[in-house]
Amino acid sequence: MKIETGQGRAYKIASIIILVILAFLFTFPLYWIVTGAFKNGADINATKPIWVPTEWVMNNFDKLMKQRSVPLWEIYLPFGSFFNGGKKVLLTAGPEAPAAIRWLINAVLMCVLAMLITCLTAAMAGYALAKKRFNGRAILFSLIVCAMALPKQVILIPLLKEMSALRLYDSLWAVIFPTVGWPFGVFLMKQFSESIPGEILEAARIDGSSEWNTFSTVVMPMIKPGIGALAIFTFINCWNDYFMQLVMLASGSNFTIPLGIATLQAETSVDNGLLMAGATLAAAPIIIVFLIFQKYFTQGITMGAVKG
Amino acid sequence: MARQSHPTMSRALQRRENISGYLFLLPSLIFFIGFVVIPMIICIVTSLTDANMHDQGMFGNFIGFSNFTNLLSDETFLEALKNTFIIVIVSVPTVCAFSLWVSSVIYKLSGPVLSAFRCIFYLPVVTGSVAVTVVWKWMYDNYTGIFNHVLKGAGLIDQNINWLGDSKYALWCIILILFTTSVGQPIVLYVSALGNVDQTLIEAAEVDGANGFQVFWKVKWAQMMPTTLYILVITTINSFQCFALIQLLTKGGAGTNTVMYHIYWTAFKLTEQAGHFGYANAMGVVLAIFIGLLSALQFKLAKEK
Repeated sequence: MKIETGQGRAYKIASIIILVILAFLFTFPLYWIVTGAFKNGADINATKPIWVPTEWVMNNFDKLMKQRSVPLWEIYLPFGSFFNGGKKVLLTAGPEAPAAIRWLINAVLMCVLAMLITCLTAAMAGYALAKKRFNGRAILFSLIVCAMALPKQVILIPLLKEMSALRLYDSLWAVIFPTVGWPFGVFLMKQFSESIPGEILEAARIDGSSEWNTFSTVVMPMIKPGIGALAIFTFINCWNDYFMQLVMLASGSNFTIPLGIATLQAETSVDNGLLMAGATLAAAPIIIVFLIFQKYFTQGITMGAVKG
Repeated sequence: MARQSHPTMSRALQRRENISGYLFLLPSLIFFIGFVVIPMIICIVTSLTDANMHDQGMFGNFIGFSNFTNLLSDETFLEALKNTFIIVIVSVPTVCAFSLWVSSVIYKLSGPVLSAFRCIFYLPVVTGSVAVTVVWKWMYDNYTGIFNHVLKGAGLIDQNINWLGDSKYALWCIILILFTTSVGQPIVLYVSALGNVDQTLIEAAEVDGANGFQVFWKVKWAQMMPTTLYILVITTINSFQCFALIQLLTKGGAGTNTVMYHIYWTAFKLTEQAGHFGYANAMGVVLAIFIGLLSALQFKLAKEK
């Protein structure tokens, strides 16, 4: 072991102290959201900082729930508007409920669907790119890498026109499909699939396993950490893609919770208590998902970068 | 990459590989082509037309490159371009340097402490762009914001500052938020890259009498070049696309208009020409070209190192 010089040690201690201060500053916005959500009106509008709420109240959440009400769910016939003169065909609608609840359901549903479809299609495509020797593989892979370097938001405006032509505008699918199409997942899954030994696939083939069986029983278990990483990545990206939600979703019942909160901010720009209650609802689901899958996450970010 | 058709493969086997390969790719390709490639093509094609948002058809009339030449004399666009470049030039190096510094301090700490720090710096990302923006807006608020309270309490300012309304501060306030939401991923990457640095090289350098700084610069930094490159590229792309912050905080006012916000505004809000779709897409193409050039430049510089 090397002997620490006095200077080196002082530097080390100083940097740890700075780091702890920074850690507090980085957690502060989240602390401010959560405490703000439970502060009473006087604390919110105080002209000196109220570090800890003088009393913990629920009325910001009450106000949020009373904002407006929409059906708890509405399920439409897919592509029904093509046969019904442009109008959607409603299959079933739920009872009236506070809009914030519906927005929360919408956002979770949207992200979970995007996550499931992305994981399945990307795992299949990544496996094919890594292990199948088909013609055109190299060209396809370079196309995918090039597309990844392009700014995603630039295609949003043209995407809007396409979605309205497909009659998907103002539905959660308009956000889900482009999220699934983004090639990062394929790229990540290819990196993970590279590490599967060819002999195992060969052995499965000789045993007479069908292509699909090989994929689902041999490949899938081996790339599980990759799928975990991709799942959480997709969930967080989908949740945070405010621009896409803003462009694609138009009616109050189809909003997601982030978009709904942003709209409330535009409408009631002064009620910070209400906004913090909304922000708490908008932040809670992804923070929970993040904490559960954190292990996969670190792995996933690193894999995507190092092998790329 | 290997030759496309494997020389030792029989034709029947190659056919089998082709069929199964494309079948596995098919679901993903449908989404990729349908919702990434086609919009890109629409973007490029309509940038050469006068299409607007309310046309029934997808494309208007072909007008050549006049959208692009008009951009050169569009002062709002040039202003937005300038602001975007300020954001990129300030945030990319600071994010990179800051995350490298944090990682170099924390990567040797014990497991739980390390993941706690990593988690904390990742928190602003996980909190979600809208929630983060909403709370920062309150923190910057003229009357009820914590910044004015604390700075006044500390005697640093005499009067409340309208942080987001004053063009002296607004862009910097936005860069600060962008910074806190950008360092999470680079820190995760650098921590793992520092952990993977070849220990034998470090020991060899120390035996040869290199000091801490030299070890860091000549050995670790050189080995982390691919990671640095990746971080530079993703941070550049993210900074160029800064949108939610602008839309929710200033609506492009107080000297904070960015290209991405201007694209949105042109496509949806332009009053006299309601939804100038082709023009907005021309800006998108310009933005994509800038990002592409910068990424290529960063790759080239990293290769030379």
